[in-house]
Amino acid sequence: MKKILLGNEAIARGLLENGCCFAASYPGTPASEILSSFVQIGKAAESPAVGEWSINEKVAFETALAVSYSGGRAAVSMKQVGLNVACDPLMSSAYTGVKGGFLVISADDPGPHSSQTEQDSRMMAMMAKIPVLDPSSPQEAKEMIQLGYQISEEFEIPVMIRPTTRVCHSRQGVSLGEIPAPSIPTGFLKDPQRWAATPRYRFVLHQQLNQKIDTIAEKYGRKSFLKILGGKNASQCILSSGVALAHTYDLLKELKLEDQIALYQVKMPFPLNAKAIWEKVSTYKDILVIEETDPVMEMQLAMRDRIRGRLDGSIPPQGELVPDVLEDCLRKFAGMTQEKRPVPAGKPRRPTLCPGCPHRAAFYAIRQTFPNGIYPSDIGCYTLGLNLGAVDTVLCMGATISQAAGFYHAYRMKGEFPPIVATIGDSTFYHAGLPPLVNAVHNGAKFILVLLDNSTTAMTGNQPTPGMEVLADGRKGKAVSMEELVKASGVKSLSVVDPYSLEDMTQALKAADKVCRSEDGGVAAIISRHPCLMALGADKKKKTERVEVSDDCIGCRVCIDDFECPAIESDTDTGVARIDQTLCSACGVCIQACPQEAIKTVRSEA
Amino acid sequence: MVNEFPQLPTLNSLKRFFMNMQIAITGRGGQGVLFLTRILSECALEMGLEVIASETHGMAMRGGSVISTLKVGSYRGPLIGSGQAEVMLVLDTGSYDTFSNLLSPRGVAFLNTGASNVHPHIAATDLAAKMGSPLMSNLVLLGFALSYDKLFCKFPQVEELTGKISPARFKEANLRALKLGYSASQKED
Repeated sequence: MKKILLGNEAIARGLLENGCCFAASYPGTPASEILSSFVQIGKAAESPAVGEWSINEKVAFETALAVSYSGGRAAVSMKQVGLNVACDPLMSSAYTGVKGGFLVISADDPGPHSSQTEQDSRMMAMMAKIPVLDPSSPQEAKEMIQLGYQISEEFEIPVMIRPTTRVCHSRQGVSLGEIPAPSIPTGFLKDPQRWAATPRYRFVLHQQLNQKIDTIAEKYGRKSFLKILGGKNASQCILSSGVALAHTYDLLKELKLEDQIALYQVKMPFPLNAKAIWEKVSTYKDILVIEETDPVMEMQLAMRDRIRGRLDGSIPPQGELVPDVLEDCLRKFAGMTQEKRPVPAGKPRRPTLCPGCPHRAAFYAIRQTFPNGIYPSDIGCYTLGLNLGAVDTVLCMGATISQAAGFYHAYRMKGEFPPIVATIGDSTFYHAGLPPLVNAVHNGAKFILVLLDNSTTAMTGNQPTPGMEVLADGRKGKAVSMEELVKASGVKSLSVVDPYSLEDMTQALKAADKVCRSEDGGVAAIISRHPCLMALGADKKKKTERVEVSDDCIGCRVCIDDFECPAIESDTDTGVARIDQTLCSACGVCIQACPQEAIKTVRSEA
Repeated sequence: MVNEFPQLPTLNSLKRFFMNMQIAITGRGGQGVLFLTRILSECALEMGLEVIASETHGMAMRGGSVISTLKVGSYRGPLIGSGQAEVMLVLDTGSYDTFSNLLSPRGVAFLNTGASNVHPHIAATDLAAKMGSPLMSNLVLLGFALSYDKLFCKFPQVEELTGKISPARFKEANLRALKLGYSASQKED
């Protein structure tokens, strides 16, 4: 039976069909739906398999790895930059190896569409010396889960599955198998020279790892390399993997090049069996390697004079290999003329915070209170505080707090003390905010920390946070209080405010600034707390009031340009503000922001 | 008497069977692009056709332009190149400008707008709002597009599937919106 599944659902299904008993993850586009689907599909099949939203990717990795050490099949999923956070256990676990099959699913985002880098997780697999499988479709992603577990258990090694955005977020008819009872951990067998190896034994483990990876290349390298298109008389060939292969396949057919160019798929880009590949392709006069995003296969093929790809500029060295880009490359490779193609008439709409988003109110107050402040920020919906001019830096998870401290030290050396307002969301704070906060307090940094607590992981689809009483599968969990964590970090000044009141938020910011500048000042924290409207049920969103613009509006555009609410637009004829009632959430914050007092609440007729 | 002869396949149904069709659906995040993508994918599967679709998730869903592409037939990749979309469903004309390059010179775009000199159009948001829920504009537009018979599937199939996959509390309204769009062009004629 086939069912339409999102790539991430197909991966989750694959895990359950192959007896995975424990999966852990931290949400991040494009990987988020893997864990939520694992839990949902598992529940529907009454499987006792457990899925957990961990506090971050490192913790997810280590927790799942211990399940594998205990003999159970386990998996950890994340986006590519999440793998950076989990890089430490990744490198070490390649040495220790695993017991139960262990899959590291790291979803890349060529483009990038929703990430701070375009990095290629296959490079990380290569650095760690673990095999990586590169699916070209949801169906293949599901099949690779089985192959991945097989290799993982045969060689007691972690195996990476590397889908990209266009696999994770593609929909396709996928054939379904049975969901068996998950593998039960057989128990942890003590072996200190392996699980707790000292450097002397680490050397031995490294030797074993090198042997494993050579044997895997020999045994699976050949099987994972196959011709999928092209006649006997083809004079050129393409080696490709991942979704780039799928688009290359479509384009070769569309351009009627399948007689001239043969297409080979590589399912396992590392370790590549270069010898086996060379036996098959050495007869072609030109060889083009097409892969996303870095030249992982290309670098493993030594015949530099025959190979074209990212390294010689035949394929652009950055960006997603979308059909238009690939078509240009293929035409050039085949010696065809380039064709002019239509161009879009306009630019994409920029994303904005939703109407009624509590972050907008907080950012507006910050910007108004400290027009000359420095605003480090972080990863999440609230990155869009950029649009309100209240976000100056976005580096990586948790960096806002360390950077606020760095800015404080930098300016202190200059003899200056500008207002520094760091913003961070609740989920990001739990993920990576605690060590930098303890560090900032300990080292005497002084700044204002605004914790934007909307009680959810909003950007990725409203997954629960450790501050909530709910777990991934809906069971009750223990909420870990943000207030107590902040206080325990040594922060002396903490207030909790609802940012929907701009007055309260402004007062709290001014008070925090005072504390931070006082003689024994330090980090002054404000929890700006209001739930995300997207996380509320439709019933709770029902408006009882209507917000409207009165005749007092002079068209000053503060509500449109500074407050930046997408529900407010200016009338093309008169220039005055107008509220789009289909978008407005009636939060009423613009009423406080309007300098003319021209926005008012009226009772809804309903 | 009921016709007891097996029905011969019509030219259109044969065409559909061998059909390769590339479709793009665009709008602002939150307008229901993903739901339309799901309906059409499920419809293709139900008809025994191969289908692969790509969706936009993540940051762009916060009010930015989003696009889904849907390829029915013997394709492997989910994305479509410039000038390859035979049909576009456009929930927001601003987003259409961003992706207008995808439309084939022989293709047709169905726009959610009150006025267009070039493409078939319907004020789907207004109609849906009058019906009581502006969020149903996506289904009004789909119904409208189906009335032109340019898609790989037909109204009754889509209607059945929409009923099947709609959450219970939206089912009735979804089906009403679909019908409203479908009958809108006929009223105009």
